[in-house]
Amino acid sequence: MADFGAALSFEWYKIRTVRSTFWNIGAFLAVSLALAVPSGWYLHKTYADLDAAERAAFDPIGSGLSSVRLGLLALVIFGVLTVTTEYTSGTIRSSLAAVPRRGLFYASKVAAGSLVALAASTVVVIATFAATQFMLGEHAVGLSDDGVLRAILGGIVYTTLLCVFAMGLAAVLRSSALTIGLLFPLFFMVSTILANIPTVGKAAQFLPDVAGGQILYREPQGDTILNGWTGLAVLVAWTVAALAAGYLAVRRRDA
Amino acid sequence: MSAAIEVRRLTKRYGRTTAVDGLSFEVQPGRVTGFLGPNGAGKSTTMRAIVGLDRPTDGEVLVAGRRYEQLEQPLRHVGALLDVSVHTGRTVRAHLTGLARSNRIPDARVGEVLDLVGLTDVAGKRAKGLSLGMAQRLGVAAALLGDPQVLLLDEPVNGLDPEGILWIRALMKRLAAEGRTVFVSSHLMSEMALTADHLIVIGQGRLLADSSVTEFVSRNSRSFILIRTPEPEKARDALAGAGIEVVTGADGTLEALDTTLETVGALVARHQITVYEISPQVASLEEAFMQLTSDAVDYRAKQEV
Repeated sequence: MADFGAALSFEWYKIRTVRSTFWNIGAFLAVSLALAVPSGWYLHKTYADLDAAERAAFDPIGSGLSSVRLGLLALVIFGVLTVTTEYTSGTIRSSLAAVPRRGLFYASKVAAGSLVALAASTVVVIATFAATQFMLGEHAVGLSDDGVLRAILGGIVYTTLLCVFAMGLAAVLRSSALTIGLLFPLFFMVSTILANIPTVGKAAQFLPDVAGGQILYREPQGDTILNGWTGLAVLVAWTVAALAAGYLAVRRRDA
Repeated sequence: MSAAIEVRRLTKRYGRTTAVDGLSFEVQPGRVTGFLGPNGAGKSTTMRAIVGLDRPTDGEVLVAGRRYEQLEQPLRHVGALLDVSVHTGRTVRAHLTGLARSNRIPDARVGEVLDLVGLTDVAGKRAKGLSLGMAQRLGVAAALLGDPQVLLLDEPVNGLDPEGILWIRALMKRLAAEGRTVFVSSHLMSEMALTADHLIVIGQGRLLADSSVTEFVSRNSRSFILIRTPEPEKARDALAGAGIEVVTGADGTLEALDTTLETVGALVARHQITVYEISPQVASLEEAFMQLTSDAVDYRAKQEV
């Protein structure tokens, strides 16, 4: 029988024996906090200047968590590198000689990467939320407040899923540069730019990071028919599609 | 004795290029089997197909009676040295430890194979700093990790210094003497002459020969008796008189074909010819190989006309 435990420990061992893992996870945390702290401080400082309408629209949850959207680019790089370095360094050949069942190899790699992403996301999302609320002072919300737990748990799922989505895509493309070169503009520019063009914006709301990101906010952002949960469901669909495409690529192509 | 590796009508095409074309052979345990062919003959493709890295277009390859993917803990059955690729940021020891964990091989075995290949001193170094020879030794260590009965070595002497070459030759012979199957590819015939007991020769993805080294040489090369003499005319007449075909070699020596040392010795004595040397000559493996593969190329060229 296929030995999933051994294959998983192999993948976990590979992840923790390269420096880039620590750099990327560290950057995920650092960037998220580095944005959350000053934005919390700024919102706290300017709250007094807001008029009634602006105060009503003020979202202490979303303003804290939106900074993980930038930090998670480092998590995405981690996911991409976990897959593509096997191909760029050529270790895919010794890895597949050790774990020749392609499905088992791919499943254990995705599982190991996802578990690391989940653990990192849990720490980063909670830390980012806590840091923002600390800076917001008397305008902060607590865990028992409406929508807070949903946003935190949803945020953890959101960042984890985007990392898993990136792993699936990386298994298809096999190149770090190509995968990151495709994902970064998608996350950074295309989503933002498309969202601001009226008709195209309707399609942009279904992009993986835009749809999934709705869970971070109290109210849906922009002109969208999605809410937090349906947005997350759209991201799940993207992730499943990317994983399936990655599986077919790993299974069919020569290493 | 059942074959350790069975290649059955293996065909591999990459787009329009046929790398391996209906190749069948078996590799037996207990001896070093050389896998010869000029560059581009399909050796590496065949090796990669054996360990399941390349999917055959047609045919199949069995290792220890099964397809490679069906082996439980494959590193304990088959050790493969293909092109050596290590993540440059990972240490030598970590590269091996990861592979060991994948097949539930105890971590202690990593230290043993590092000792065996002489890399203990650099175990903690990142692979980035390894020389080509050291990387090759690391590849051998990875192949030996699971103490496998079948070893596949693709061009193992590449990048090794003379000491390393002697070491790998001795290692291959020792592994074969232990009853293991050692299947080693090379495009260097002279290298195979020193290490292989048996030869599988391919050209253009097809089998050209499957025989022992001595049989291969005698079948594919001409042997002759070399005669070095200051009286070549007299010697030539004497040999011709006895019905022996003689040709003149490049440096003025005579080459007597299809005869024995004894016949030539008796003949020169009877005719009182001064000779400096009479010796049997067998063409080297290199020459035999060149002859065989040039035939294959000629055959191909004619086919395409």
